[in-house]
Amino acid sequence: MGAQQALAPINGQKRRRMVVLKVAAVRKSYGTGDGPLEVLRGVDLSLGAGNSLALTGESGSGKSTLLHLIGGLDRPDAGSICISGVEIARMGDKALASLRRGTVGVIFQQFNLIPSLDVAANLAFQARLAGRHDPAWQADLAARLGLAGMLARYPEQLSGGQQQRVAIGRTLAARPKLVLADEPTGNLDEATGDAVLNLMLELVAETGAALLMVTHSERLAAQCSGRVHLAQGSVA
Amino acid sequence: MRNTVALMALLSHWRRHKVQLAMLLLGLSLATALWTGVQAINVEARASYAQAASALGGDRLSQIVAADGGTIAQSAYIALRRAGWQVSPVVEGEYRVGSVRVRLMGVDPMTMPPEAMTVPAIVTNLAGFMAPAGILYAAPETAARLGGGLVGADGLPIGLVMSDIGVAQRLLGMQGQISRLILSKIQPIGVPKLADVVPGLRVRPPDASGDLSRLTDSFHLNLTAFGLLAFLVGLFIVQSAIGLAFEQRRALVRTLRALGMPLSGVMVVLVVELVGLALVAGLVGVGMGYGIARVLLPSVAATLRGLYGAEVSGNLHMRLDWAAAGIAIAVAGTMAAAALHLTQIWRMPLLSVAQVGGGAAGARRLLRVQTAAGAGFAVLAGGLLLFGHGLAAGFGVLAALFLGSACFLPVAVAGLLGLARRGARSPVAEWFWADTRAQLPGLSLALVALMLALATNLGVGTMVSSFRLTFDGWLDQRLASELYVTTRDPAESQAVSAWLASRSDAVLPIWSAHIEMYGQPGELYGVADHATYRDNWPLLQATPDVWDAVAAGTGVLINEQLHYRQKIGLGDTLTLPGNWSPPVVGIYSDYGNPLVQVIANNATLAEHFPEISKLRMGVRVDPARAVALADAVREAFDLPVNNVVDQSAIKTLSRRVFERTFRVTAALNILTLGVAGVAMFASLMTLSGMRLPQMAPVWAMGLTRGALAQLEFVRSVMLAAMTFVVALPVGLGLAWVLLNVVNVEAFGWRLPMYLFPADWLTLAGFGLAAAALAAAVPVRHLARIHPNDLLQAFTNER
Repeated sequence: MGAQQALAPINGQKRRRMVVLKVAAVRKSYGTGDGPLEVLRGVDLSLGAGNSLALTGESGSGKSTLLHLIGGLDRPDAGSICISGVEIARMGDKALASLRRGTVGVIFQQFNLIPSLDVAANLAFQARLAGRHDPAWQADLAARLGLAGMLARYPEQLSGGQQQRVAIGRTLAARPKLVLADEPTGNLDEATGDAVLNLMLELVAETGAALLMVTHSERLAAQCSGRVHLAQGSVA
Repeated sequence: MRNTVALMALLSHWRRHKVQLAMLLLGLSLATALWTGVQAINVEARASYAQAASALGGDRLSQIVAADGGTIAQSAYIALRRAGWQVSPVVEGEYRVGSVRVRLMGVDPMTMPPEAMTVPAIVTNLAGFMAPAGILYAAPETAARLGGGLVGADGLPIGLVMSDIGVAQRLLGMQGQISRLILSKIQPIGVPKLADVVPGLRVRPPDASGDLSRLTDSFHLNLTAFGLLAFLVGLFIVQSAIGLAFEQRRALVRTLRALGMPLSGVMVVLVVELVGLALVAGLVGVGMGYGIARVLLPSVAATLRGLYGAEVSGNLHMRLDWAAAGIAIAVAGTMAAAALHLTQIWRMPLLSVAQVGGGAAGARRLLRVQTAAGAGFAVLAGGLLLFGHGLAAGFGVLAALFLGSACFLPVAVAGLLGLARRGARSPVAEWFWADTRAQLPGLSLALVALMLALATNLGVGTMVSSFRLTFDGWLDQRLASELYVTTRDPAESQAVSAWLASRSDAVLPIWSAHIEMYGQPGELYGVADHATYRDNWPLLQATPDVWDAVAAGTGVLINEQLHYRQKIGLGDTLTLPGNWSPPVVGIYSDYGNPLVQVIANNATLAEHFPEISKLRMGVRVDPARAVALADAVREAFDLPVNNVVDQSAIKTLSRRVFERTFRVTAALNILTLGVAGVAMFASLMTLSGMRLPQMAPVWAMGLTRGALAQLEFVRSVMLAAMTFVVALPVGLGLAWVLLNVVNVEAFGWRLPMYLFPADWLTLAGFGLAAAALAAAVPVRHLARIHPNDLLQAFTNER
């Protein structure tokens, strides 16, 4: 219950003062046959509660890598990543898993729903993992995402837009402090993409979370409250 | 050129997936090896039977035999020759060389048709062969094994000793008698009819296979059934490996087609690739099969000798027929295992990605089809059980039982998983059960392989253990006398009997004759009227005054084999040679005997068969004195050691024969279970590669790789446990069918079924250990997988 109170909507002034994400001098490289490939070369950024930040850049500029590092899915070679004041760059596997369960929510471009669970179970999954399952909030989310009539369906029985809405609902149902979205509308047509993004921004603002969204689209980036452009592994 | 380029592109897949290639080749090699090994044994044995049948041209020339199955008087032979019939006499019977019984055949080289003269040594030393002392010829292998003055000669089957007819008549105690007459193909025109010259004789047509082939048919059928089962289990591995390779190369196939390769060309290239792999694996499998057969053949030969008196060469020859058949079945099996995948490629649209596994709705549809098919096979099994006849029906029941349970297994496991999911409280548990159920289509073939192997182990294990338990009790009843003595001639028999009479509690003569009855080789035994038999003999059915009737000569006992084969029951009248038609007053169990058998009172038997062998006797004596008495009688009559044996020695020998009989079965059992373990390993390896997209989101949402790996391990072991739960009733059903249907049809005896729960637990332990071992590599891989590999699931289109 305490977690729910901490994440309850707060007024706009306070939101801007609470820094949810602070990235400083983050570097990351991968080994290749021709030697190490430096993907991130000292990236800095910060994001406050209730804010949304678009992360843009060319293909290969390091957007997805940065998103994965912030999401605790990978570790940086150097630099610092603080989420709600907690340094995650040197965390172990278990602590990172706990971070992904309770603090961060990731919305993937490929939706990555669990095919063996129906829509209702998919929506509830991360919230239940985080120990924050709130059936009323989930029902509200389902209704607002237009999923109320398809809770018993399986992912394979949904369209791309419906699957993306389930993925968004799954993340928001757990009320994470930080929502990370990797091209969340990349697989959708323009109209559906706009509708999904608007709904996501609305819900993120309502829960007081911060949103970091990777996108190629200038139009979508313009809808976020801030924007960072990556070029060749650095903030341009 | 275009096809070559496409083939090279498809083959490049294997360079990057070496474990997959190894699994495919291993599965196919193992499957081929077990099948080929069994076939090599069968072919070798059948070649020995055919050689035995061809002795004296038996496979090409007709024979004249006594219509009642007895012997022919020498005067009848002379009458036929005088009437112009071109016939040649043969005497045959069992003859002891040292402690080993062999078949002794006496021939007359002067009248033998040229087609029957298959032993060149006889012709080259005719004078020596026909001399009064004679020469005993045997196959070099037999002569080397037995010694005893036998001379090695080519052209003789294993286990047969050949001599001049006069010598054989003397050694067999058959003076003035002839077993059969070989009929020359060319007979003079105008010879009188056979019945007009000598009544009571009939002409038997040539027989290419011989009695041994018929007697041992069921044994070889059992071996073949095992080989086929092992082959099918091995094919599950092949199916699994091919399925993964095809799945992973869908994108490549689409690319090839997009670049202008016609679909038919792609199919040709895929078939060429499969045939090439099958040929490689088939060759390796045939080599491995040869090795398996070499290891098992001595046991099989000993079993066939112990069970059927069939002499089979212990040396395995590399024969083109089974080697070619092994490679052919490897290719056919590969194509069968790949058929579904080839069809999917054929139907795959050029521009869309086919969904892996067909989704949850497809899985539910598949379960409904499996339920219907399982029910169909269950009805078929029940119908065959109720209305089927013969060994074929018995194996039909087994096949329907196996196929039905294979269909039911995924349904049963899905049901159990559904129940478990309903009871799940945590999200991880809920996901675990749902995900496990979603994996069933990918794992079910491996689970079916494991279930078949476990059920076969359970079934055959229950049969063998039931048999062992019954056999032990039966031996105790059957071998009630403390000593068994075999003398060398009738005079010695009388002397030994008289000597023993004053030194023991009772001397029980055991007389015997080998005759043909109901068109098959049989045994007649004569026993004394004594409490030993009344108190101990293992009767299955009997009239109230059974032993009084036997003692009075007004009834005989028959063994279970005669009862089942000829459908002769209590009160029925037998038709025996010599116009003897005694009523049946009892039926006894006679495990391990392939021959039909009749037991009568000694005096009655001797009345109808004066020439009967009267050389054996049982001796009742205080068990504490048995060994001393055995030594004393050996010393008094200078009897060979093996001619006086005590009860425990015979029991030990019998048990050894029994254990040896099932050694081959046990070996095939273990190999089949091993193949099933490899099948499970192959499937888990396959799935571990395909399942990353399902595991990655759960990992991203907060489960560690270690936790996921633990869940994967638990999943494999749990599925194996569920499979065992299904395999248990199937195995017991198999045991019941083996004991009550197949054994009765194949061997002529029915056994009570006993349950051995401790054995089940042991097998369950093996099954779970196999699953744990099979899961170890993929689980270790998952626990150590680099996050980048999991992240691929979020960036790559599948």
